[in-house]
Amino acid sequence: MAAPTTSPAAWTPDQPIVQLIDVHKSFGSFEVLKGVSFDVKKGEVICIIGPSGSGKSTLIRCINALVPVSSGTIRVENIEVADPKLDKLALRRKVGMVFQQYNLFPHKTALQNVMMAPVHVLGQDKREVEQRARALLQKVRLAGKENSYPGELSGGQQQRVAIARSLAMRPDVMLFDEVTAALDPETVKEVLVTIRELAEEGMTCLLVTHEMNFARDVADHIYFTDRGVIVEHGPPATFFTAASDPRTREFLSQVL
Amino acid sequence: MSAEPKTGAPLAVLLPFKIETTRLSAPRLAPVHAALFGAGLALLAGTAWAQSGAAQLSPLEVIVKWAPLLLSGFVFNILISMVAMALGTAAGLGLGLAMLAQNPLLSRVAWALTQFFRNAPWLVLLFFVMFLVPFQVTIFGVRIPLPDWAKATVGFSLPVMANVAEIVRGAVRSVPSTQWEAADSLAFTPRQIMWRIILPQCVKRMLPPWMNLYALVAMATVQASIVGVSEMLTLTAQVHTAEGGRPELFAPLYGFALLCFFLYCYPIDRFTARLERRFQIR
Repeated sequence: MAAPTTSPAAWTPDQPIVQLIDVHKSFGSFEVLKGVSFDVKKGEVICIIGPSGSGKSTLIRCINALVPVSSGTIRVENIEVADPKLDKLALRRKVGMVFQQYNLFPHKTALQNVMMAPVHVLGQDKREVEQRARALLQKVRLAGKENSYPGELSGGQQQRVAIARSLAMRPDVMLFDEVTAALDPETVKEVLVTIRELAEEGMTCLLVTHEMNFARDVADHIYFTDRGVIVEHGPPATFFTAASDPRTREFLSQVL
Repeated sequence: MSAEPKTGAPLAVLLPFKIETTRLSAPRLAPVHAALFGAGLALLAGTAWAQSGAAQLSPLEVIVKWAPLLLSGFVFNILISMVAMALGTAAGLGLGLAMLAQNPLLSRVAWALTQFFRNAPWLVLLFFVMFLVPFQVTIFGVRIPLPDWAKATVGFSLPVMANVAEIVRGAVRSVPSTQWEAADSLAFTPRQIMWRIILPQCVKRMLPPWMNLYALVAMATVQASIVGVSEMLTLTAQVHTAEGGRPELFAPLYGFALLCFFLYCYPIDRFTARLERRFQIR
């Protein structure tokens, strides 16, 4: 957890792919994040858990600059996220995000939803993007739904389209913000299977989640946040069995 | 579950809640009603004529005789309304987007303009344009005449602009902010988000109020008669004078104008209502 004080000119895979150093965030006078630091190595799966209102979603939104930080450093590869001259396009090509409410574009079909950003943002060739988009939809088990509109798909299907849409930008890091919280129990599984496959392929994943079993099975490292700070963290094996902090234990006893 | 009645019918409280869709109590108008309306006018005209007696044309004959002229006036009304709508929509889209702009000065100015033109009587705006705009302008030595009808069209497009601006603003605001967030996280620029993601979603929401507005504009164009544009109402008054200003011609002639506007605007109204219903379901 040694924090380099200067920004590395070039990023190498042995360095953390995402690095947070003493990140603070306030909304008005309310301090949501009170100094959060952690590193994520390439290919790692990180789960962030904690009670509602503990700043989990804000934390994950800071990483792709949807929410500007008040102070502290966030680095994704060699991009300084808190830099006022941040190149948002460069950052968001590297960092994909999936939301709780899917947020698909309702006026576009599943295929068009996946294709839009690579075609219009990156200016890639439409035919090449379409091939990739079809492959991605197949990968998330939605072959045959290419021409369906979001309104015609179930919650779980919409969420998988959203994952494919994000992957179409070929990100290096994926952020998942409570992506199963709005789903009914049967469809939670199909989305988790997709994320697990991604993780197994070596995608760096940061998840805010309430799925404890998933966290235990898939995560490399679990962070427990409460009232804006990381209270406890560790690999699942020790985290779930040997939590030392009383707040963590109380939370775990409620959710497990 | 053993307490279930033997008939097998589920308990009333377990029945799914069913929303009965009831038709509004207002009767729907069909083409047949329009025909009846026309027949009523003819009857009215007929009795009026019977009372006047002698060698004059019957009201129906008067209408038939002057119909081509009156209808050409009506076409003019439609033309004015369409051009005013097109101009007003283009300007209103710009004004609406300006109201949503990040720049506080721009959005304030756009907001003030919108409020001003939305809360001014249409007729006053019409007078304002008629008397403030010259009858011709000279640009680079080229004299461009500005006929009354063109000025009137601009006059009508001002309230259209303000109302469209408000429609655009409301529709854009009604798109959930999560759509902006999602597009933002996919690296779309604010401009791309507006034109590719937000506005296309708004078209559906904007269409019914926009068509309502059009029907209002079409009906408002008769106000141009006050400033001397030869549209249908002006022509109707002239025809009435030409036929000797007989009092019994009042109802049939103006009734004919009413009928024309009704036959034009009513289908628009029905179509709008149908669109509204269809969009509600999805």
